[in-house]
Amino acid sequence: MKIKLIGFVKRYKTFLILFAVNLLLLIFAPDLGTKAVSITQNNLWEMLSVIPPIFILLGLLDVWVKKETMVKYMGEGSGLIGILIAFFLGSAAAGPLYAAFPVAGILLKKGSKISNVLIFIGAWSTMKIPLLMFETNALGLEFSMLRLGMNIFGILIISFVIDNLLKEKDRVELCKLAEDLL
Amino acid sequence: MTILFYSLAFAGLIASFFKSKEKTKMALKKAWKSFENILPQFLSVLIVIGIMLAILTPQQISAFLGAESGWWGVMTAAFLGAVTLIPGFVAFPLAAALLHSGAGYMQIAAFVSTLMMVGIVTIPVEIKYFGKKITFLRNALAFVFSLIVAAVMGVLL
Repeated sequence: MKIKLIGFVKRYKTFLILFAVNLLLLIFAPDLGTKAVSITQNNLWEMLSVIPPIFILLGLLDVWVKKETMVKYMGEGSGLIGILIAFFLGSAAAGPLYAAFPVAGILLKKGSKISNVLIFIGAWSTMKIPLLMFETNALGLEFSMLRLGMNIFGILIISFVIDNLLKEKDRVELCKLAEDLL
Repeated sequence: MTILFYSLAFAGLIASFFKSKEKTKMALKKAWKSFENILPQFLSVLIVIGIMLAILTPQQISAFLGAESGWWGVMTAAFLGAVTLIPGFVAFPLAAALLHSGAGYMQIAAFVSTLMMVGIVTIPVEIKYFGKKITFLRNALAFVFSLIVAAVMGVLL
């Protein structure tokens, strides 16, 4: 029991400190404190609206999708198809960017190419279709389409550059991270 | 969106359960394990965002990006976008309001682009999945790219 508690405190150390800071804010700067709490609450709801189902789907994906299938469609040698799937998966998504990281983790674990996973992250970050509609509404078609056009190239370039800067050691480390997390 | 996600997960679970009870159990176990694994980082990020956005209000953001702020304004906009985390359906109306109150397309493009592509506060979560090197590279490159986007849009729009 005691060991369990120590483990908990260790893992949640940063969170507990931040929590205390927020409590202090509530006491000494109530305006700021309550505002921070209400924003955190909103974000917590947003997180709860996407994160739990995503993790359940990831768990299912992990047990049902064979590694060979993922390798075939998004792995080494998947070529243009892999790139297109990565773009599609990312832009069909919903939810904040931090929800994309666990998905990326499982793509890696199942043998997807690193460059494709980076394309997926890029598309999720800035090409999501529901958000494009919001953007067009708020800032105009010219603005959103110009940005979309540049983003397609930007995402490809960023993923290509990162992929080329990775050494064998980095790749091994990345695969290990993915293994450990799921 | 929430309903869609939850129904998908639920339908998946049911289908999986009929195919194999054992595997479904395993999937749920894995789901919980990986969720609990990242939970401390998630919770910390949530509180940081809360405190940060309480201090940095939309009014203040618009004060930074006023008209004639030029390249300095673009840098500030890119920086603000990188450190804040605002959901899109709040961010775009905010960006539109900023445009109307006199900010330039260049500043708005920089803000919108880094807001979506660069996530300073979520770096602890990203590192857990991608490691330090990729996380750093991705955010740095996305930041530079956003400045390029801003420059191009400043010229064209």
